Amino acid sequence: MNGATRIWPRVTFWKVVFLAVVLAGSYATAVRFLRGLGASTALSDQFPWGLWIGFDVLCGVGLAAGGFAITATVYLFHLERFRPIVRPTVLTAYLGYLLVCTALLYDLGRPYRIWHAIIMWNPHSVMFEVAWCVMLYSAVLTAEFLPVVLERIGWTRPAELIKKFSVPLVLLGVILSTLHQSSLGSLFLIMPAKLHPLWYSPLLPVLFFLSAIGAGLGMVIFESFLSWRAFRKRLEFDLLEDIARTAAVVLACYLVLRFEAIAARGALRHLIMPQAETYYFWMEVALGGLAPMLLFGIPRTRRNPQGMFLAAVLAVLGFVTNRLNVSITGLAASSGVNYFPKWTEITVTLMLVAMGFAAFALAVRFLPIYGPVTHASPHAAPPERQRRLHAEQIAAGD
Amino acid sequence: MKGILIDVSKCIGCGACREACRVQNNLPESNDTDLSARTYTVVKTTGEVNYRRLCMHCLDPTCASVCPVGAFRKTAAGPVIYAAERCMGCRYCMVACPFGVPRYEWDKPLPLVRKCTMCSDRVLAGGVTACSEACPTAATLFGDRDTLIKEARARIAAEPGKYVDRIYGVEEAGGAAVLYISPVPFEKLGLPDSVGKEPLPLLTYAVARS
Repeated sequence: MNGATRIWPRVTFWKVVFLAVVLAGSYATAVRFLRGLGASTALSDQFPWGLWIGFDVLCGVGLAAGGFAITATVYLFHLERFRPIVRPTVLTAYLGYLLVCTALLYDLGRPYRIWHAIIMWNPHSVMFEVAWCVMLYSAVLTAEFLPVVLERIGWTRPAELIKKFSVPLVLLGVILSTLHQSSLGSLFLIMPAKLHPLWYSPLLPVLFFLSAIGAGLGMVIFESFLSWRAFRKRLEFDLLEDIARTAAVVLACYLVLRFEAIAARGALRHLIMPQAETYYFWMEVALGGLAPMLLFGIPRTRRNPQGMFLAAVLAVLGFVTNRLNVSITGLAASSGVNYFPKWTEITVTLMLVAMGFAAFALAVRFLPIYGPVTHASPHAAPPERQRRLHAEQIAAGD
Repeated sequence: MKGILIDVSKCIGCGACREACRVQNNLPESNDTDLSARTYTVVKTTGEVNYRRLCMHCLDPTCASVCPVGAFRKTAAGPVIYAAERCMGCRYCMVACPFGVPRYEWDKPLPLVRKCTMCSDRVLAGGVTACSEACPTAATLFGDRDTLIKEARARIAAEPGKYVDRIYGVEEAGGAAVLYISPVPFEKLGLPDSVGKEPLPLLTYAVARS
């Protein structure tokens, strides 16, 4: 046994990067909790929300969209072929929500009162809805993910018991996730005069929901490729191709609605105005929306692993840019200040993301994430397998 | 319901309101030129005129509608009050307020939101606000909102051309307890037209209900 004789883990480039990020992040954490938000952020009375809300919270929730899309596909629509990627996507969703919960503890002025929303109700508040969605969906994801851990430690009885509730859990997850994605968009409905017309729209809840699904599917592809590269896990290429095709349709719907929303606000002239907002808008929509839609949509690029991976990365980045544009770029002009996150905000965010990656890697290593898959044996579908092998060869550059 | 009428043409910029507010709310002295966690009202100057800024105490307050834990409440007497012990510090009130009023104690490890209270203790006990009591020129008037609106109309009518023909706060963002009349356009006082006439909470009630 190799692992038993080696005391110190092998030093690699990524482990050094990880350690550096965690060290810097820990120091920033100390600054945040000892000296407060003023010392640890670039936030101000004019700009009360920044990177932690714009990236950690808004994007963390978005990451999870792949989870509910795939679980719904398998458990509600019974497309069993997708079962092999259920666990990794649920894991991603779970990590996304853990990122959100942790980031909230950093961002809230008095994090120890986070439970107040449970007993102090204001059902008129979108933030109240958001708070409940975070709590309930985190609980649902815990329940969805728990069987994986229980299986690993041999507690098969409780694991089977939870699995009996798979369908209601998934159903609950779909409802809560739909509510949550859209309510994050609703948060910004209250500021029609503050948010730039390229982003403000009464359709924000729908746009947030659709873009989250597009990015969530992109994330499924992205993480499948990374797992394949990093852990030599099987690449379910034929599944990914179907997901890519779906993502192309979702992105197309989203983009149509997006431009319609801008037209409905009479803001089309902003599309060609030479100002910062316009550039950020096109970066988001052209590079992060149109480009991945085309790459996913055209069979030639979709069937090419590099093309598909590039499209997935663009879709995720486009989504992140959108959330940052809504929460930061779009509010800059009306606030009258130029917010740029402080190093503490950036290092905390990097640390949380790095921990997410590390948790994913550890989970893949120690938990049955990628099988044993009960339903599909690798020999069951020879043509599919051949295609997959072919894809692996292409991706490996053979 | 009580209200405050601010007649910008009468303000001499002495700062008595600010000092009275500071004493009333046990705030430290500060040189802040804008509203801050330790300055609930400021006197500013634009061109020839001086004017005060403070919380508008909206009739349908956006802060109260967006707060997830219901920390803000509109009292029947007029003041919009803040229950500090509920606040978890999400700062949605600050992001949402159409007038950009709520301020945060950024330099404290355990911060709270701060804003004008319209001296709710005094007002609920039948008194007047500290700022209106201190104003030497009656540029800040405290009274029944309806009476103040009549007074404002009378002042505008009495000297045609002196004031912009409009009382800011009667309808803005669904109406406010704090009213302004001014010889210069309200935009110059940082009171935007863009807030519209509808209460902002309507924008999300529809969604929250569905």
